[in-house]
Amino acid sequence: MKGSANGMRALRGGASRYSIFALARNALSYHENWQKAWRSPEPKPEYDVIIVGGGGHGLATAYYLASVHGIRNIAVVEKGWVGGGNTGRNTTIIRSNYLWDESAGIYEHALKLWEGMSQELNFNVMFSQRGVLTLAHSEHELKEMRRRVEAIRLNGIDSEVMSPAQIKQLVPIIDTNPGIRYPVMGGFIQRRGGTARHDAVAWGYARAADDLGVDIIQNCEVTGILRDGGKVTGIETNRGTIKAKKVGVVTAGHSGVVASMAGLNLPIDSRPLQALVSEPIKPCIDTVVMSNAVHMYISQSDKGELVFGAGVDSYNSYSQRGSIPTVEGLLAAAVELYPIVSRLRVLRTWGGIVDTCPDASPIISKTPVDGLYFNCGWGTGGFKATPGSGHVFADLIARDEPNAIAAPFSLKRFETGYLIDEHGAAGVAH
Amino acid sequence: MSGQSFRIRDKGRIDRSKPVRFTFDGKSYEGFEGDTLASALIANGVHLIGRSFKYHRPRGILAAGSEEPNALIQLGGGNKSEPNLRATQIEIFDGLEAASQNRWPCLKFDVGAVNSVFHRLFPAGFYYKTFMWPASLWLKYEHVIRHAAGLGKAPPDRDPDRYEKVHAHADVLIVGGGPAGLAAALAAGKTGARVILADETADWGGSLLSESDCEIDGKEPARWVEESVAELEAMPEVTLVKRCTITGYYDHNYLTGLERVSDHLGAAPEHTPRQRLWKIRAKRVVLATGALERPLVFTDNDRPGVMLSSAVRTYVNRYGVLPGRKTVIFTNNDDAYRTALALEDAHGRVAAIVDVRTSVTGPLADAVRAKGITVYENHGIVSVQGTQKVTSVEVMQLDANGTGVTGTAKSVNCDLIAMSGGWNPTVHLFSQSKGKLTWDTEMAAFIPGTASQALASTGACNGTMGLADSLKEGLKLGAEAAREAGHKGRAPAAPKATEPEQGGLRPLWITPGKAKLGRKGKHFVDFQNDVTAADVQLAAREGYRSVEHLKRYTTTGMGTDQGKTSNVNALAILSDVLASDIPAVGTTTFRPPYTPATIGAYTGRNVGKLFEPVRKTRIDEWARANGAKFEHVGQWMRAWYFPKQGETFRQAIDREVKAVRDGCGILDASTLGKIDIQGPDAAEFLNRIYTNAWLKLGVGRCRYGLMLKEDGMVMDDGVTTCIGENHYHMTTTTGGAANVLSWLEEWHQTEWPDLKVFFSSVTEQWSVVAINGPKSRAVLQKLCEDVDFSAEAFPFMAMKEGTVAGIPARLYRISFTGELSFEINVPARYGLALWEALMEAGKEFDITPYGTETMHVLRAEKGFIIVGQETDGTVNPLDLGMDWIVSKKKPDFVGKRSLERESMASPDRKQLVGLLTEDPQTVLPEGGHVVEKLKPEPPMEMLGHVTSSYYSPNCGRSIAMALIKGGHARHGQTLHVPLEDKVVKVTVTEPRFFDLEGERIDG
Ligand SMILES: Cc1cc2nc3c(=O)[nH]c(=O)nc-3n(C[C@H](O)[C@H](O)[C@H](O)COP(=O)(O)OP(=O)(O)OC[C@H]3O[C@@H](n4cnc5c(N)ncnc54)[C@H](O)[C@@H]3O)c2cc1C
Repeated sequence: MKGSANGMRALRGGASRYSIFALARNALSYHENWQKAWRSPEPKPEYDVIIVGGGGHGLATAYYLASVHGIRNIAVVEKGWVGGGNTGRNTTIIRSNYLWDESAGIYEHALKLWEGMSQELNFNVMFSQRGVLTLAHSEHELKEMRRRVEAIRLNGIDSEVMSPAQIKQLVPIIDTNPGIRYPVMGGFIQRRGGTARHDAVAWGYARAADDLGVDIIQNCEVTGILRDGGKVTGIETNRGTIKAKKVGVVTAGHSGVVASMAGLNLPIDSRPLQALVSEPIKPCIDTVVMSNAVHMYISQSDKGELVFGAGVDSYNSYSQRGSIPTVEGLLAAAVELYPIVSRLRVLRTWGGIVDTCPDASPIISKTPVDGLYFNCGWGTGGFKATPGSGHVFADLIARDEPNAIAAPFSLKRFETGYLIDEHGAAGVAH
Repeated sequence: MSGQSFRIRDKGRIDRSKPVRFTFDGKSYEGFEGDTLASALIANGVHLIGRSFKYHRPRGILAAGSEEPNALIQLGGGNKSEPNLRATQIEIFDGLEAASQNRWPCLKFDVGAVNSVFHRLFPAGFYYKTFMWPASLWLKYEHVIRHAAGLGKAPPDRDPDRYEKVHAHADVLIVGGGPAGLAAALAAGKTGARVILADETADWGGSLLSESDCEIDGKEPARWVEESVAELEAMPEVTLVKRCTITGYYDHNYLTGLERVSDHLGAAPEHTPRQRLWKIRAKRVVLATGALERPLVFTDNDRPGVMLSSAVRTYVNRYGVLPGRKTVIFTNNDDAYRTALALEDAHGRVAAIVDVRTSVTGPLADAVRAKGITVYENHGIVSVQGTQKVTSVEVMQLDANGTGVTGTAKSVNCDLIAMSGGWNPTVHLFSQSKGKLTWDTEMAAFIPGTASQALASTGACNGTMGLADSLKEGLKLGAEAAREAGHKGRAPAAPKATEPEQGGLRPLWITPGKAKLGRKGKHFVDFQNDVTAADVQLAAREGYRSVEHLKRYTTTGMGTDQGKTSNVNALAILSDVLASDIPAVGTTTFRPPYTPATIGAYTGRNVGKLFEPVRKTRIDEWARANGAKFEHVGQWMRAWYFPKQGETFRQAIDREVKAVRDGCGILDASTLGKIDIQGPDAAEFLNRIYTNAWLKLGVGRCRYGLMLKEDGMVMDDGVTTCIGENHYHMTTTTGGAANVLSWLEEWHQTEWPDLKVFFSSVTEQWSVVAINGPKSRAVLQKLCEDVDFSAEAFPFMAMKEGTVAGIPARLYRISFTGELSFEINVPARYGLALWEALMEAGKEFDITPYGTETMHVLRAEKGFIIVGQETDGTVNPLDLGMDWIVSKKKPDFVGKRSLERESMASPDRKQLVGLLTEDPQTVLPEGGHVVEKLKPEPPMEMLGHVTSSYYSPNCGRSIAMALIKGGHARHGQTLHVPLEDKVVKVTVTEPRFFDLEGERIDG
């Protein structure tokens, strides 16, 4: 490996590097001299590696292929605009306090990369380590919590148990009255967890990858995967054929569709996941709070919007919207736990299509087609994995072999049965 | 200030006989019933209403409806307080308290306005480029940014008001009660169709209420509205809903609406909710949502006193207030000329009309000129003076292509600028319905194209701008919609309508200023979020070329007005930079709700006790009266234990546990899931769902079964009994009941529809009392004479029907404790009677009521698993040492194939074992993890975790179960459970601790 993923590599030198000084300098010329964050090149006839899908995971993969593995002839092809899929729709919760060792491995790897991301990319992704608090509402949940907290601790990851009184102090708007339907009986917090600006993650990776020569090709939809004798040779797109030695597919909710272009059938279920924001209000909640029992979680964006999320809608769909009953259930739960939100107003609701494996863990894997790789199945919780996922996927593509972190997430596990079931353990898995 | 000095004497629909007092920022004012807060403030000459989001610039009132971006208000105080309301939509009532937002210490002098001074450092997206060093400081920067942002404040505590939901069906739902919508409703209503007509405002008539220069059938438009509404009200199948914003358009013509039932009254009258959420399923929808006027993008176009031209007309004609005494009109079309005439008519002076069109002719221009008003053709406003209220403007001639100005600037004094940049049809709902928009070059706007649901658009929202055409089209589409919904009838003849004739517009998306864009003054595109034309250009220059990138990078259109006044302007400016057609650049997606909708309304009555009501058994009352402690189990509240006076938790549990084994205990087991299964293929179905054999279970016999998911992992367990031929009674775990029922249905409906079998949940139909312990037979015998209880006649795993305490019952001889035990099922309503009879009969045997905790200890002593405790979706039957229950002979069952996978037999799997602590008094915490190689510090490798752990009074020591890697081969090994404060040494054993030979089952 060349360079370190975590290192403070100064990507852009000179005039195009972002800083307060650059802002001041550009202010003098009325901001008329800023350069493009990334180019919009025409596709070349052939690349060493093509990444399909310009979400955070795809762009991160391209960036690490270039920065860590020194591969420069790379394209990212995106059917719409970069970050327009789930990357730009998610509620940006970042944490690594997962139960199973395999999950803790990848998410903690990601969290460490988050901690240096703005500096590495020279783009402020507003990674805000404001803490992620998970509530327990029954004796049973307290026991489950204990199990998770102990596992997290023994994996060397930070976590703190909190009493209802400590929770009330941290989150004054929460109703800790023991008489409510789902009383707050305790919780645990990962202080290093938090949120980030989702668009900035896509843009930051796009800009940094572009800087290393990666072609980012938007409005380019993949319609076929070209193969020759069990080996990938390129892709068919609405802008023509592009050849490639290797193809990495990172298309989240549409992974099943793209896989079928290569004759593959992925164990993926695609369903709408909804989120919504309130109108902006002055700060009233400083951390992220999740509750599995009532299937809702809440945080407040820097603009002041309360960001709410729920569980997935219960039907399969590729239409990027969900149903009203899910929203009603989510908001009823919100009012139950945070009574002050009742008079606030919903500003925007939306949905994204999430790709879920039967064991609720991702796929980072080679496929039966040589040179074709898939990274998907992140379901409702892959934003937090973005840098880690891109980093290990790049490694897999470059070396044609998974490293220790990626290995458990191979497609093979559905044949062998070595599943990493995060369902029971994770509940609302954001 | 003298009251209401800007009131026009003889105009407006307010009720002058009903004065209303209200306060704004603590100062008291008077308005009239029928005023909005905006019109009442204008009547009092108040124009500075708020501060903008980023630069904290002083802002006034831009619009007269829900598109208002600037005039945001914090309404009321205490728990009824509400942030971010638009002054243009608040109907005033006596005692209303309004306050401005986002300013400190006060509106006139706001410290945050320093942002305005450093504005050159803050172009669009500046925060992505800085605040990165040192990394550790971002949380501090963020703290400051968060406090500067955020608009209004949340109320301090619980909402005192009530909300409701309405579920409605309609043949035709008509959205919007302007001329087109009323016409559609009349035509549809006449066919007898069930019609719902909804409008966002407090009055019917829409734009008609703002006009004084048109006629319908020779009548004033307001008269026509009144008559039409009266006609509609007389139609029994027509429902009219005012103050109801249709907020969302979902699949299958399903729409939501928010009705503000009593907000305008200040307080909700008794038995009246504050707001209602409408959920409407309509066969056909007619959208008649009108159009929104576009601002012009010129230098400092955000100053208080800059208003949309149509809003000015609304204030004059509908509310009878004068937004300014001396007005400059700035326009690119004829419609603003109507505003000039309306102002003149109301004794306001029009200082000049500035028109970007090169030559202006036609009847409206003639009429204006006839009044002696100067029209500056091919001119633009290049500067605006007055920061807290407009005082004058400078006007210059445009150059040949409209990108610069020439000549000298003329200064015109004024206190109001009425601007019009043309109209955007309100296509939000159409777009939400997934209809495709098309670009109309003549209007320079998006109009509805191909629809994808059963809907029609009419009037201005369809790009039909003329009154006569709107009425005609509304009637036609209303009748058509009713016919499509199955009714008969034709459209009535259209009334004759007259209004001033208008010419075309000149879309000039940016009005050039004296300096290059972005160098002097600000050309605002999105007022609320402070996005300027220069920001849009910067974003495009930096490569944020998709509309969505533009929105997200600059935040244009992301405010509480959702870009109603800014989206098309932003898009046009972007496409200019990209030198591309507007439609090629695209439109943004409109996301519901159309206007922000109260969270409480989505919640409705599902708050407090009605938020997921708790389920209770028939015996709950008795348990409460007898001092039980409770725990939540799934949706149920279950008795956890029954402490006696002064007993600790441990003492109570020890007593209960011992009582069961020594004599007799009684448990309310009513919460267990119960499913009645019938049909000739019932046995076959069970045989496929459970892992063991079910084809030969005799009538009156019970069997324990394990259900797996497709992946071979344990999903649920329970005893199922053959009640009669083709009739079974299945029990499930308490928490799993609903899941299991849908699981059975799913397999039946999707995989094996050929099987004749039916399922009904009977959980609520039976009360179940379990009586356990060597004395249980003796107790039961006292109450039941028609059953032979001898072990031979009534063996373990049998069911008999009988009469217990006079109640018809099913008795199951099954056991979750290893003791002699009966589960008595009676029709639910007899549950308490049965319980009390058993308590009475058991007195002499010291019968002891116990709860879930004792149940857990007892079953753990015997090594019985609890699904969800010993299992978590990753545990197969072999891991549990339950190979005996997995049939080797059956051709198939759910999960069988997965069990054959390589990993399932791996010796490294986590397997269920018992753990005995070195010190018998130490009770391990459940959830603790077991390690083999202890290290002084984490990380260390975990083998698995403690699933169950109790003190067992019957064993005289602590007992625990755990799932650990390769556990079955580790019996006898010593391992460690490292806890935060100590390490507990444990020995691995069989997961069974008491009555290892199973000798107690017959009592
Ligand atoms: C409402 C919601 C809330 C969420 N909240 C959280 C959260 O709080 N925390 C968290 O960690 N995760 C969350 N997630 C999940 C998270 O968003 C995703 O797991 C993650 O963003 C996936 O990233 P990605 O780059 O793989 O996918 P995407 O960003 O979806 O990128 C895939 C890209 O592939 C493109 N594509 C698809 N088909 C083709 C084709 N044929 N040709 C070319 N391009 C194609 C798409 O246009 C898209 O841009 C949430 C998701 C949703 C929907």
